[in-house]
Amino acid sequence: MLRLPDFQYHAPRTVEEAVALKVKHGANAAFVAGGTDLLPNMKRRIRKCGHLVDVSHIDELRSAGAFEGGLRLGAAVSLEEAASNEAVRTVCPAYAEAALLVATPTIRRMGTVGGNLCLDTRCLFYNQSYEWRKGIDFCMKADGTICRVAESSPKCIAVSSSDTAPVALAAGATIELCGPGGKRAVSADSFYLGDGIDYMAKKEDELLTALVIPDQTGAQSAYVKVRARGSIDFPVIGVAVWMRRRSSDAPVEDARVVLGAVFPDPREVPAAAEALIGRALDAESIRDAADAAFRAAKPVDNTDGALSWRKEMIRVSTKRALERLGSAR
Amino acid sequence: MRSERTIDGPGKIVLSFTVNGTGVEIAVARHKTLLEVLREDLGLTGTKHGCELGECGACTVILDGAPVLACLVPAAACTGARVETVEGMAVGPALHPLQDEFAEAGAAQCGYCTSGMLLAAKNLLESNRDPTRDEIRRALAGNLCRCTGYLQIYEAIERAAARMRGAT
Amino acid sequence: MSGNRVVGKPHRKVDATAKVTGRTLFAGDLSLPRMLHCKILRSHTAHGTIRSIDLTKALALPGVVAGLTGNDLPIPFGILPVSVDEHAVAIDKVRFTGDPVAAIAAETEEAALEAVRAIEVEIEPLAQIRSIEEGLAVEEPRIQDYGPRGNIHKLVNLEFGDVDEGFAEADLVREDIFFYGGNTHLAMEEHASVADWSPDGKLTLYSSTQTPHYVHRALSKVLEMPPARIRVIACPNGGGFGGKSDIFNHEIAVAYLARLTGRPVKIVLTREEVFYCHRGRHPVLMRVKTGVDRNGAIRAMAFDTLLDGGAYGSYGVASTFYTGALQTVTYDVKRYRFRGARLFTNKPPCGPKRGHGTPQPRFALEIQLDRIAEQLGLDPAEMRLNNLAPPNSVTANYLKIGTMGLGKCIEKVVEGSGWKEKFRMLPYGKGVGIACSSYLSGAGLPIYWNRMPHSGVSLKVDRGGGVAVFCGSTDIGQGSDSVLAYITAEVLGVDPMEIRVVTADTDLTPVDLGSYSSRVTLMTGNAALQAAEKAKDLLAKGAAKKLDVPAGELVFAAGRVFHAADPEKGISFAEAVGAAEALFGTIGTVGSYTPPATAGRFKGAGVGPSPAYSYSAAIAQVDVDMETGRVGVEKIWIGHDIGASINPTLVRGQVEGGVYMGLGEILMEDMAYREKRNVVHKTPGMLDYKSPTTLDMCDVETYLVEEPDPNGPFGAKEVGQGPLLPVPPAVANAVYDAVGVRIDEVPITPHKVMRALREKAATGEGRFGPKKFPSVDWGEPIAVAPPWEDGNGRPKEKKEDRG
Ligand SMILES: Cc1cc2nc3c(=O)[nH]c(=O)nc-3n(C[C@H](O)[C@H](O)[C@H](O)COP(=O)(O)OP(=O)(O)OC[C@H]3O[C@@H](n4cnc5c(N)ncnc54)[C@H](O)[C@@H]3O)c2cc1C
Ligand code: SF4
Ligand code: FES
Ligand code: FES
Repeated sequence: MLRLPDFQYHAPRTVEEAVALKVKHGANAAFVAGGTDLLPNMKRRIRKCGHLVDVSHIDELRSAGAFEGGLRLGAAVSLEEAASNEAVRTVCPAYAEAALLVATPTIRRMGTVGGNLCLDTRCLFYNQSYEWRKGIDFCMKADGTICRVAESSPKCIAVSSSDTAPVALAAGATIELCGPGGKRAVSADSFYLGDGIDYMAKKEDELLTALVIPDQTGAQSAYVKVRARGSIDFPVIGVAVWMRRRSSDAPVEDARVVLGAVFPDPREVPAAAEALIGRALDAESIRDAADAAFRAAKPVDNTDGALSWRKEMIRVSTKRALERLGSAR
Repeated sequence: MRSERTIDGPGKIVLSFTVNGTGVEIAVARHKTLLEVLREDLGLTGTKHGCELGECGACTVILDGAPVLACLVPAAACTGARVETVEGMAVGPALHPLQDEFAEAGAAQCGYCTSGMLLAAKNLLESNRDPTRDEIRRALAGNLCRCTGYLQIYEAIERAAARMRGAT
Repeated sequence: MSGNRVVGKPHRKVDATAKVTGRTLFAGDLSLPRMLHCKILRSHTAHGTIRSIDLTKALALPGVVAGLTGNDLPIPFGILPVSVDEHAVAIDKVRFTGDPVAAIAAETEEAALEAVRAIEVEIEPLAQIRSIEEGLAVEEPRIQDYGPRGNIHKLVNLEFGDVDEGFAEADLVREDIFFYGGNTHLAMEEHASVADWSPDGKLTLYSSTQTPHYVHRALSKVLEMPPARIRVIACPNGGGFGGKSDIFNHEIAVAYLARLTGRPVKIVLTREEVFYCHRGRHPVLMRVKTGVDRNGAIRAMAFDTLLDGGAYGSYGVASTFYTGALQTVTYDVKRYRFRGARLFTNKPPCGPKRGHGTPQPRFALEIQLDRIAEQLGLDPAEMRLNNLAPPNSVTANYLKIGTMGLGKCIEKVVEGSGWKEKFRMLPYGKGVGIACSSYLSGAGLPIYWNRMPHSGVSLKVDRGGGVAVFCGSTDIGQGSDSVLAYITAEVLGVDPMEIRVVTADTDLTPVDLGSYSSRVTLMTGNAALQAAEKAKDLLAKGAAKKLDVPAGELVFAAGRVFHAADPEKGISFAEAVGAAEALFGTIGTVGSYTPPATAGRFKGAGVGPSPAYSYSAAIAQVDVDMETGRVGVEKIWIGHDIGASINPTLVRGQVEGGVYMGLGEILMEDMAYREKRNVVHKTPGMLDYKSPTTLDMCDVETYLVEEPDPNGPFGAKEVGQGPLLPVPPAVANAVYDAVGVRIDEVPITPHKVMRALREKAATGEGRFGPKKFPSVDWGEPIAVAPPWEDGNGRPKEKKEDRG
């Protein structure tokens, strides 16, 4: 049986307590919410933490609802709660869609909004047991020095595999953090760094407190996920699209296309948005946007699914996501 | 109520919680999961494991009214919690309608996924008394079974739901 | 049939209540006082020579009690007497990444794990053999030091009649190449064992094994202990599918450590380790050549198969033969040639998985027949109906067919699915496909050569009316314990739930060879039937005396024994036992079963014979997403010739479970390795090795064809494995019907469909699959004339040998 390494468990009741505990135990401590990402990684000895600071009992982090015309989702709200929240479903249905596509019903009840945004980047050379990784002589992200996917790569290119992060970017969301130095908010866009090891702008000791999605009036969004099976699996491609237009035949005024499960960050493709802005959403603009997304993407062979197929699926998924917006009005 | 209970010492913590309606207080190794405590410290081996990584659903139990994967829940997080396992489903010799219909429909072949399936199904029926076939499939989408092909499991759940509604 | 009270009815399983209440104790649920925990150190290198192993640091760690290295147990074991090539842990060489190197017993599993990580091992790498092609080409280094040459484990070359002449006479000859990728059982229960050593020098092993008898023999050999001092108890298996039918390293290791420490020792493998145990589906590269006349009647067939065997023998020799054995049992093949080779490679060993060695050739043959039908403008269902192997016949390769219900299976699925309105008529993207198959109801010969029964049952009835059945068989979820109860209950006229079934305990139960080869219902069923009939006979004599009626006129039913003409005149079952005890003393009977003699007398003739063959036909309907290549299987109609069902609910469960597993194989399951990185398993976990979820499983319509077989108990044949077989090719044929591309490789993943669709768009024809078949020196064939060419089952020349 796979077991956890030794750790001490802490269940703070406030954000301040949580941050203080984290500061006290430093790098040897980790925040944990649903544990559905962290605990498997600990069992595989790719994360070593002597102290678990469980943030799921902090009331402050557990509320979700409408906020300044948009939404505010506390970090410890479960994905299931978020997906079934009325306000979420009306203001940003794409977030609900993405949350509902995560893992399994049970994992969605355990996993949280914050945990999903902080989800460790994934790679078939990394999400393996210690023994397995020893067989490949480890890799840069844990216990080794070389990237096994691309030996010459100076950095780790493990993929951002969160389903909700692309939607957060597409919807222009903000992420609220609280650290020993106080609170701050960063745009979802600048929250992710594009490095498989240092993948978030969140500082070690900062707690993610909430995801804030701004007013979505006049905006539409959709999320399409590609995975091997009908359930359980992480995305091997995720595409979130967002746009604003006055009516269904009016030209697109603003748009964002974000790719998940391709890069170490959820990656916005400006060229795809440009293919849409100023044009009507029709077969032609959709095709151009899908082509642009396809060209921008360079998936590497570290998830399941054949590489060339995954790349092709970026085009198909972008098209399908945009078609959904077209037919939604 | 849960409170922070960090117990330093020789790697053990005192855990007090409710299991199948009975209060339990027990000292366990602090790094154990709920799965390990149930099986190894409380002798409740009805909860199974097929991966210990959250990938199969065999370890599904109900924690404070919602299903969780016991292999990914630190036992220390269960202080004050209410846990329900397969051992708590039958009342004395009277099987829960789901158990009875699983037995009748052949829904338990090897029986290894069965506890997890039963608890996932029980949770579904608590919020949806008359689920469609599709709703059942969705509710069980994290519980793998290698024996049955799931169809007899769906039938068992449908029949149990009907019985629990008083429809039969 | 209609007169039966238990058999043929949907009774609950005898263990159903235990299973739905979590009371069933699997091996991993056991815990004994003073128990130690074992962990195994596994090789991080795919192929290498062990230079040194040092346990000193490991043994010094807190909580560590004992260790095991290769030299402690130098005697080899192996499931087949021809491939005794395994050790509890490696002695001088490691042969795949994951191969056991050493073992530790400690007070806790955590301590054992720490200790295993502290073991110092030095391994000098050897060149790695990573594929079928390399297995054929690389002579040195050899992974094993036996086999005909280089890294060839087994080479078979059999010819039944002049195939070349057959091809010359045919109107159409097709040759196609196929590849069936490897996959694994993935039983939900991870293997577990607990060994217990008692102070009087006896060993007990509780294990998740399908074959306690073979484990018993191996323990005796490796530990150099008399079998009488060893007791093996197979716990109910949390799924087996063939994955628990070998003798496993960990079973031997805990037994040794228990003896060494005098304490119980337990091991529970991690899911990753289960992937290393493997023994799953062999990847097979196949070349098939079939000649038919213009009506589609098969004139000759030649099958060449190359099996990627992994690093050890396992059941591989049998697997190799099975890739060529059953084609002739399905269709009438007048001339037949089979050549096969199994290669050693530096991967976890392959072995028997549900359908053992036959899904791969089935996939190839059924797709080829689909192509032939199309070329000849025939309906593929009709063409199959015209090629059925005749009932009560002997095939070209000397397999004796009894009842044969495939025709009815085909008719049922054709009608049920609306085949005639669908085939080649559904809109682009949707399609239907058909395929057929046959399977054994138990192998005709045992694994080690002997003349003893394959299955034994002993029965005890007592004056309280209690009935206990003892049998060596193992319930792996298929319901074999229940089948023993149903059959006994039927004969003795008692409630099956009242019968105590004691199984799979080498101390208490007569030998049964194990839960493999779909043998259990037929063989243990026949043994139980015999034992129960004997008991009934004794009881009838006692009751006859008491009631003063002729024994032959008594009926056993509803817990009573009564006069057929006057049911009022009777006594309770318990009273009948009492009467018999008064006459004969304590009542106990035995039954045993040995399959009928086989017909072939050539080397290899031992693989394929069976007392009865089951048949299946399946039609799959698919919906192919042309933009993503994803194949959605909407529904499968499957007809299965079961002979007679002992319990229709369990039979349906086996059919649906078989369809499920076949669907997983054809759509997603894949044992992939990283060839350039120590041949590590690419995805040894349940997330990345894909098993269909509820949202991937299709609807299934099952039709049972019941034509009782004289060799089966109450006419029953097998259902545990057969229904898997037609599913993969039926889906592949449906994909062709839907979008006009041939995927000649398993699994049919979306990217293969996309590749083929692109090729079709460019060239008009689309195919994904292997293009080359390496040249192989097959050696001289063993030529055996088929029965209709005055053959006698012996090789034409002097050579005479048994397989
Ligand atoms: C079988 C399986 C399938 C899965 N499939 C998917 C999938 O399809 N899509 C998907 O997106 N995910 C998937 N997941 C991953 C995971 O379940 C989800 O991403 C989940 O939302 C993570 O949330 P959590 O609360 O459980 O995270 P945790 O495991 O608790 O935490 C994850 C990380 O975030 C940090 N963290 C958590 N909360 C905070 C906070 N408030 N502030 C700062 N840091 C924090 C933790 O330290 C940790 O590093 C899957 C997991 C499993 C086991
Ligand atoms: S991308 Fe490279 S460095 Fe990063 S986890 Fe994968 S193999 Fe390791
Ligand atoms: S054991 Fe918990 S999900 Fe598999
Ligand atoms: S009944 Fe065996 S895994 Fe579900």
